[in-house]
Amino acid sequence: MSMAAEERSLRAPWALTAPALMLFVGVLLIPLAMTVMLSFHDWGQYKGIEAVFILKNWHEIATDPYFAEMFWRTFRIAILTTLLTALLGAPEAYILNRMSGRWKSFFLLVILGPLLISVVARTLGWALLFGGNNGLVNKLLMSLGVMRSPIPFMFTETGMIIALAHVMMPFMVLSVWAALQRLDPQIENAAMSLGAGPATIIRRIIMPQIIPGVLSGAIIVFSLSASAFATPAIIGGRRLKVAATLAYDEFLNTLNWPLGAAVATLLLVALVLIVIGSNALIERRYAEVFR
Amino acid sequence: MSRNGPLALIFHTVFVIIMVAPILVVCLVAFTPEGFLSLPTNGFSLRWFRTIANYPEFVHAFWVSLGLGALSSLVALVFAVPAALAIARYRFRGRDALAALFLSPLMIPHVVLGIAFLRFFTSAGLGGSFAALIIAHVIIVFPFALRLTLAAATGMDRTVEMAAVSLGAGGWTLFRRVTLPLILPGVISGWALAFIQSFDDLTMTVFLAAPGTETLPVRMFLYIQDNIDPLVTSVSACVIAITMTALILLDRFYGLDRVLAGKGDTGR
Repeated sequence: MSMAAEERSLRAPWALTAPALMLFVGVLLIPLAMTVMLSFHDWGQYKGIEAVFILKNWHEIATDPYFAEMFWRTFRIAILTTLLTALLGAPEAYILNRMSGRWKSFFLLVILGPLLISVVARTLGWALLFGGNNGLVNKLLMSLGVMRSPIPFMFTETGMIIALAHVMMPFMVLSVWAALQRLDPQIENAAMSLGAGPATIIRRIIMPQIIPGVLSGAIIVFSLSASAFATPAIIGGRRLKVAATLAYDEFLNTLNWPLGAAVATLLLVALVLIVIGSNALIERRYAEVFR
Repeated sequence: MSRNGPLALIFHTVFVIIMVAPILVVCLVAFTPEGFLSLPTNGFSLRWFRTIANYPEFVHAFWVSLGLGALSSLVALVFAVPAALAIARYRFRGRDALAALFLSPLMIPHVVLGIAFLRFFTSAGLGGSFAALIIAHVIIVFPFALRLTLAAATGMDRTVEMAAVSLGAGGWTLFRRVTLPLILPGVISGWALAFIQSFDDLTMTVFLAAPGTETLPVRMFLYIQDNIDPLVTSVSACVIAITMTALILLDRFYGLDRVLAGKGDTGR
């Protein structure tokens, strides 16, 4: 390679990425930094936002039990949603993987397709199914004899978790599905030929190999559920607030932007720490699977 | 490969019914002939689809969403294609950090992005403008545009390019006549996926949209907050139909599992 060509290959990647880099610094990193700064500003009903450096908002979040309760609710919903998707999504991915070609791609489309359909439309569907006390879900459950009296789904955490689990399910199925693709079907046959029963095969062969897929799916589902907005806002209504809907209220109703910015910053930092931390844990524990 | 047992098939059937039910119920209610929310038990009617025409804010929001999705995905590609080529072909310092930065909008909650952009564009005097929406959407769809272009650029056969160079092609001609046609399937799929993401986004856009620049999801969300009636189900049915069409096209031309496989990897 000549000197000129070598110099060009050193400069070329930077010349090619420079426009995107400038875009990201200019309209992503700077706005994010401004949001963090905003969380330290003062705000008053009549004076509006005052560009000073105080810890008022952070102090309020740390001491007012309202925020502790709201964050606890947010993470509780996210954890239960994650559990529900793992419990149902992992077996479904396994069943899907054992189907024959044509059915497999058809059902994959049916299950993964909703990922791309508007969250508003999907949540609206749940709002219709839940209805009031005589919504379709309640009618069905009562006619099946699962329960005697209707239980409320709208404006409850139960309803939020069910609808969120539906919205997030494709991510879990996809993640477990990806793990199953790396699995050699011959191992299963080998175990069977050595006399292992179906239960043993699932427990000793399948489970250990798809757990990393379940865990990485769980990280995605958890972080998306903890920051979800549309589903909690529509199913939870105006009373049952989670972090995202509270931040929305502070910004567009109360107009206390600094407090809203503090809630958003805390959510971002908490999620980034949780995601990076659990990723590192999973990769250390299951290093051989990711190789 | 062993087959699924009856228990597995029952589980599968219930699972699929639950996955499809909310979407199906929206589409069914949209065809109700009644004036209230109900399943169309007494025949199908298009009255609620016709009613959409009486609500110009929905029609306007639809065009805003369509223009925003098409334009922001295109702009994202203009930035993403060169970046993808650089990341696919060169090993340089800071390469991994750059890739992580470009994919970071996937990891940042959209509510945080919405707040950050609201603050930023309001200070810049662009609050509520269509331009602000475009820029914000370019950022959120960028990872999807980048990822599919990157996959195409990584899998590309470089010998054709080398042949073109040996015949004297260079720079722009090389890109336009050789490189771009080779990575075009990835670029088009990247555009389509980016479009769907932009078209569906509510959480970030709800912070930025003003009355004239409300997108369809924002308009639907604000409407649902006040009341749920068959009108919003017929609008939803239209949105679902549009997405399904894009989905089937994407599946035909690129393979849905390939498109989505990238999406599930956000945690890694």
